[in-house]
Amino acid sequence: MFDLYRRLSGALGRSSQDDEARTDGGVVSDRSAPDPGSESEPGPLARAGAAVDRRFGSDFFESSLFWLPPFLLMALFVYGAIIWNLLISLTEYQGFANAPDYSNLDFSMYARALGDTGFIDAAVNTLILLVAFTGATLAVGLVLAILIDRGIRFENAFRTIYLLPMSLSFVVTAQFWLWMYNFNNGIVNLLLGVVGIGPISFLGNQTIVLWAVIFALMWQFSGYAMVVYLAGLRAIPTEHYEAAQVDGASTLKMYWRVIIPQLKGATISAAVVLMVFGMKAFDFLYSLVGGYRPPNGADILATKMVREAYANLNWAYGAAIAIVLFAMALGVIGPYLVYEYRRDNL
Amino acid sequence: MSDANVRRATRAARLRRSIEQTGPAEILLYAVLVAMAGFYLVPIESGLVTSIKTNTAIIETAPFAPPGGEGVTLEKWQAAIDALLRGMGNSLLYAVPATVLSAVLGSITAYGLTMPNWSRAYKAPLIALIVAGIFIPYQAVLVPLTQFWSQWVQLTQLLSFLWGFGIPNDYAGIIELVITHVAYGLPICTLLFRTYYKTMSTEMIESARLDGASLRRVYRRIVLPLSGPMFAVVLIYQFTQIWNDLLFTLVLVSTESSPAAPVVLILAGLGSSLEGQDFALRMAGAFFAALPTLAVYIFFGEEFAEGVSA
Repeated sequence: MFDLYRRLSGALGRSSQDDEARTDGGVVSDRSAPDPGSESEPGPLARAGAAVDRRFGSDFFESSLFWLPPFLLMALFVYGAIIWNLLISLTEYQGFANAPDYSNLDFSMYARALGDTGFIDAAVNTLILLVAFTGATLAVGLVLAILIDRGIRFENAFRTIYLLPMSLSFVVTAQFWLWMYNFNNGIVNLLLGVVGIGPISFLGNQTIVLWAVIFALMWQFSGYAMVVYLAGLRAIPTEHYEAAQVDGASTLKMYWRVIIPQLKGATISAAVVLMVFGMKAFDFLYSLVGGYRPPNGADILATKMVREAYANLNWAYGAAIAIVLFAMALGVIGPYLVYEYRRDNL
Repeated sequence: MSDANVRRATRAARLRRSIEQTGPAEILLYAVLVAMAGFYLVPIESGLVTSIKTNTAIIETAPFAPPGGEGVTLEKWQAAIDALLRGMGNSLLYAVPATVLSAVLGSITAYGLTMPNWSRAYKAPLIALIVAGIFIPYQAVLVPLTQFWSQWVQLTQLLSFLWGFGIPNDYAGIIELVITHVAYGLPICTLLFRTYYKTMSTEMIESARLDGASLRRVYRRIVLPLSGPMFAVVLIYQFTQIWNDLLFTLVLVSTESSPAAPVVLILAGLGSSLEGQDFALRMAGAFFAALPTLAVYIFFGEEFAEGVSA
């Protein structure tokens, strides 16, 4: 396979007259082992190869063997599947039929979603969860990062403890929080009892349950926000602190005016990742009840989609909900990728 | 690493000098840090003590208190291990190959997109597509994925020679999980390796290329031997992700009664019954299922932190 490639790129003639200015090296003019086919003077094929090289860069062909097959595997599973999913969402596919009928495509499933109060509720809950969870997690993470960055002792121990929940599965943390929120014996109700608020059924109360879930997710991911902010803080030169100190700014003012504005990049990348985590909170909600229907009031698009498709066998409807969820994710990822591209980070 | 530690220490010393830390302020700082440590540890700690209590002790003692007069019982752990042990084996069966494969492929892909010399105008869109793949909500691919594995590529039939050896054909689900996790893990693995390769010095590579070494030779002789630290990060991060994932196992293996059911799938339904919930059993199960990732985290916390913050 490799040899074929060598021969092919040899036959296509790595033109040594390719005299464009190079920034990242890699001119190959004389091969130590001459390839058969490249010894003769350049034929039409070689000229075409030289043109391709000029357009794509001299290593384009040889390097494609490294990135193309994995890229195709990924593209098939990610982008191929999304396009296919879009097609399925335009059919009426449901029940035990083996395959969707692609003969008449329409938007009926999307119309059905708009008329389904369950869908509207789930969409609203998804948005609340994204905003509240991301905001709370970033805030806690930022405070933790600032405290840890004050030149404290036992820094590694504190960092390790704060990040620990992130290494656990949603299925595992859901068990812990079921126990924390337990009506009779849960720690949360125990603490509330101390201040005289009598036991609350966190997972049984429709208006509270979503906030209980958001709090638990914040517990799991604020360590992650801390790690990202810490990296951002460590990139700020110490002189900035000292300069603010010389100007006589108070510590709070210094952070607010000088330090936090420099953490914009860290905030953006952490927020994007957290929003995506929030959308994927399916695992956590499924594990709370051990089934497709999360507690009343905590249904989000991710859980509703899986339930419609896999519990009710409404495949096309599930696919349509998935497209809505994907569009939401795209609204977050799209601008982020443009931002990264502009900063030359890709 | 030690270099970074020295830098961190001098920076910390300068910070201490620059930000005047008076007595009470410093005490308050540590008080907040310790309180926050409590906030992260209490749910885990109360789960642990609950898992070794008798049923009466669970009702009579505080959830975070150690077991009282009746002492410690391990029967819940025994029950949890009985229920989950086969799941642990199944999880290892797909998590290990999928982790290794996605790390190796990620390294190769990142190399092909970083070191060789070809136009950035074509590289950037490719890389954008790959990075976007990290953030896809997997719900958007579930229905086609189910179609793909049940109608298009039916492993139960393709691998029929295996089932003849007495392997239950449910294990087709394990192979599906490996391929699926590799495909969806590739984007993050590629990105992690790419950030690492971008910082690698190009001098050696350039001179090797001038000497006529092929790209493959450069990868095997120069890049791969220097990739060790990043392999540690990627392997640890991917193993945790794949081990912890529930969604794909739910869709591809579907029932916890299947002989090929992974541990997270069995755990999700553990300890609920008509008589109410057996919390001690749930906690023991949660701990047992989390043991591999906990061990990895305790031993390789630095690498894990590097993986998540990339």
